[in-house]
Amino acid sequence: MKDFRLEVFKKASLCRNFENILYEKVQEKLIKFPVYLSAGQEFIASTIAEKISELKISPDIFIQHRGHSTYLAFGGSIDQLIDEMLGRKTGCALGMGGSASIQCKEKNIFGHDGLMGNQVPIGVGACFASKCPTIVFVGDSAAEEDYCLSAIGWASTKKLPILFVVEDNNLSILTEKKVRRNWEMHDVAQGMHVKSFNISDDPLEINEHLQNVFDYPILLNINTVRKYWHAGAGTDGDNFDRYEKELSYFGDAGIEIDKFNKNLVLEAWQRQLEKQ
Amino acid sequence: MAKTVRETIKDITKHHLLEKKSMCFGQCLTAVGWVGGTLPELYEEDGMVEVTTADVANGGFVVGAALKGIRPIYVVRYQGFQWYNAPIIINYACKSKEIWGIPCPIFVRSIAMEGAIGPVAGSSHHSLFQRMPGSKIISPMTPDEFDFAYKEFMKDDDVYYVSEHRRSYDNSEELKNVIQQDADFTLFPISITRFDAEKARLILKEQGYKINIIHQLWIKPFLFKKEWREALNSSKHGGMVLDDDYEEGAASSIAHSMMIDSEKKVYTFGLEHRTAGFHPDVDNLPPSPESIAERVKSIINK
Repeated sequence: MKDFRLEVFKKASLCRNFENILYEKVQEKLIKFPVYLSAGQEFIASTIAEKISELKISPDIFIQHRGHSTYLAFGGSIDQLIDEMLGRKTGCALGMGGSASIQCKEKNIFGHDGLMGNQVPIGVGACFASKCPTIVFVGDSAAEEDYCLSAIGWASTKKLPILFVVEDNNLSILTEKKVRRNWEMHDVAQGMHVKSFNISDDPLEINEHLQNVFDYPILLNINTVRKYWHAGAGTDGDNFDRYEKELSYFGDAGIEIDKFNKNLVLEAWQRQLEKQ
Repeated sequence: MAKTVRETIKDITKHHLLEKKSMCFGQCLTAVGWVGGTLPELYEEDGMVEVTTADVANGGFVVGAALKGIRPIYVVRYQGFQWYNAPIIINYACKSKEIWGIPCPIFVRSIAMEGAIGPVAGSSHHSLFQRMPGSKIISPMTPDEFDFAYKEFMKDDDVYYVSEHRRSYDNSEELKNVIQQDADFTLFPISITRFDAEKARLILKEQGYKINIIHQLWIKPFLFKKEWREALNSSKHGGMVLDDDYEEGAASSIAHSMMIDSEKKVYTFGLEHRTAGFHPDVDNLPPSPESIAERVKSIINK
């Protein structure tokens, strides 16, 4: 039997190394548009992807900017993601999506157009039409959009097999949540009769709350810590880092996985850059 | 007895839901009146889906449904409500094919009406969709035209903005172009102005003026047909685009395209550039037959 936590770490390690190396590419100015790095938040998508893998289903997935980890954790092609960063037609969004609007048709990951949070009503509509398992990722700031709230309400009314994942890093660019609102997403969703939980990005805690996923609408408000700036090449400081904690937990095995993924990402970049 | 526009829309919707197994979304669809009698009496289990009062989110629901390949119909009962309904349709559905290679076709039934309905709900707002890429805009006023619009949509993969007008629902007649040798002037009417353009033509005919009428079904893409250009060029005093949206939108854009590609001036006549009130004294209505006739004469006799 697979070690769930270890499998999650393997996915998260790929995501973290991809973002760290991309961070360097942004610093080197190889990439000439805003890049939204998901480092620090990668355990959310990695845990859910591992759970989905266990369930042997292929849900529709709706993402927003800061979605590289979701794309990679659910199995999106790393080569196509690199090509997208390089603006190539062979990119996962045909070179049109940049960092913010990536997609993966093979993994049912739908791209985002830039209107913050509109993936919530779009995901709800898709789920209503298909009645198939659907996951919608949204940031704590985009979730404030009025149409997100009404969409969550309609999903509840229609009892859809949908999972809303609020990646709550407490920041809208740099504006803290407490400045923007005095309410919490899980409270609002609970008020709409959606099973809602406010949890950390600990993989085991997330997994615990996925036991009845897709039986009815569920909202997970997952508290997490962003490593890099909202966009571009800068760090938010020495905050708590889930990746370091898990790396330390797995000891030498974790270091080996980290090295393996770092090489995998470096080789992928080399391979794609040589294609030019 | 010939079928009306109302009956045509109703039959098409029934076919779309029951035969094509699609969905029709909208607010208060099953309420008394069934959207001016244009909907069959079907319910959610048949694909007739009542959505919330949250217009922006509703637009998103329809986009999501379209991504799943069902070609939904979306009924927006007042075109002015598009200011809330349009954002996700325009920014996602209309761009999806270009950005991600995933078509997101939606048949947006956007309904205009006029008179005593105030600053938001009155008249057409098709210009709102016109300036953004990825949409097609068509304004059918006859049974055959509505049938054509639906069939075009079903073989296409774009978003269709169908600019309807409630005053056309009782119509069962087809509208024919009137093109004459050496006309004084040519009218290019859009939407509900097409009916009043014909009345204006008859008023002007009695006064000795020879007026062409070339009906505009497609608003976008606008295709200036050769015979239209020839009719305009042979009109002594040019032409005029009529609209029941503000002149600064689709009408001006079409007039500009015509002037670039002809030797004549093309004027516009639509809603006045002011807010409509509810009382008749302060309403803002599409050009009447009399006002069209007066405007044409003022241009001819300038």
